[in-house]
Amino acid sequence: MSGSRPRIAVLTFPGSNDDRDALHALELLGASGVPVWHAQERLPDVAGVVLPGGFSYGDYLRCGAIARFSPAMKAVAEFAAEGGLVLGICNGLQILCEAGLLPGVLRPNESLSFLCRDVVLRVEGAATPFTSACSTGQRLTIPIKHGEGCWFADAALLAELEAKRQVVLRYERNPNGSIGDVAAVCNERGNVMGLMPHPEHAVDPLLGSTDGALILRGLVEAARAASHPLATAAARR
Amino acid sequence: MKATVLVRPKPGILDPQGEAVESSLRQLGFAVGDARVGRVVDLEVEASDETAARAEVERMCQQLLANPLIESYEIELR
Repeated sequence: MSGSRPRIAVLTFPGSNDDRDALHALELLGASGVPVWHAQERLPDVAGVVLPGGFSYGDYLRCGAIARFSPAMKAVAEFAAEGGLVLGICNGLQILCEAGLLPGVLRPNESLSFLCRDVVLRVEGAATPFTSACSTGQRLTIPIKHGEGCWFADAALLAELEAKRQVVLRYERNPNGSIGDVAAVCNERGNVMGLMPHPEHAVDPLLGSTDGALILRGLVEAARAASHPLATAAARR
Repeated sequence: MKATVLVRPKPGILDPQGEAVESSLRQLGFAVGDARVGRVVDLEVEASDETAARAEVERMCQQLLANPLIESYEIELR
């Protein structure tokens, strides 16, 4: 199977706007991006799922709060429970948090300003599939563009996540008031990760940085390994 | 039955909206402190009695209207 393109779904909710960028980046990095409309109750045969950035359902009520009830999200939750790879970017992280697939919740930025610029991130844990192309302590330059990126967890939850090494990326300089400078978290199993910065906007040197490709390549390579027939058989045992 | 749900940021949670409102009020000359901005949801609930209506709205709050990590809620029925 080596050389074949792993299939990775990219969900589109009403109000998603980075779905095409995510599909483009995945294609560029050797995957086959499969668009999935949020009303679909079943996922196609894929080895990974990306929840892209945007403003699903206009961010009404709380960001991600309504999108989590989309039919496709039920399928994503089942996929994640079976160990499937799920990456949430920006609004995708907000949805995963509201859905309870990732810990914490996203709040309006401390400054109340919409932030759109490159930030420097530190890789805290390289043990997830998404950071397997990075080394611990590595600095990545990836853009953010969000109004509600202030990740929150209370002291007890944050301590638990730190102990279990579920904080994956931290801001070198905190742009939004996020607790513990957290920019990315994963679930306990490590197969679901979400981050506020946009790796899909940092895959082409024309746009300044290609560090985002490291995160997405981690996903693509893990998806490739998971779509190998022997791996699929092992996962279903 | 009509229900009103008041959703508030929990104490200790940073509320930048509240801070912005407070600073604007101060600029207007009002002596205020501790401004917090929450949300009001008005609903028409179909229920046989008040107890049933309250239980129904309670479930709505837990599932959607409030996020227990950061928000508290109050239910008023009339």
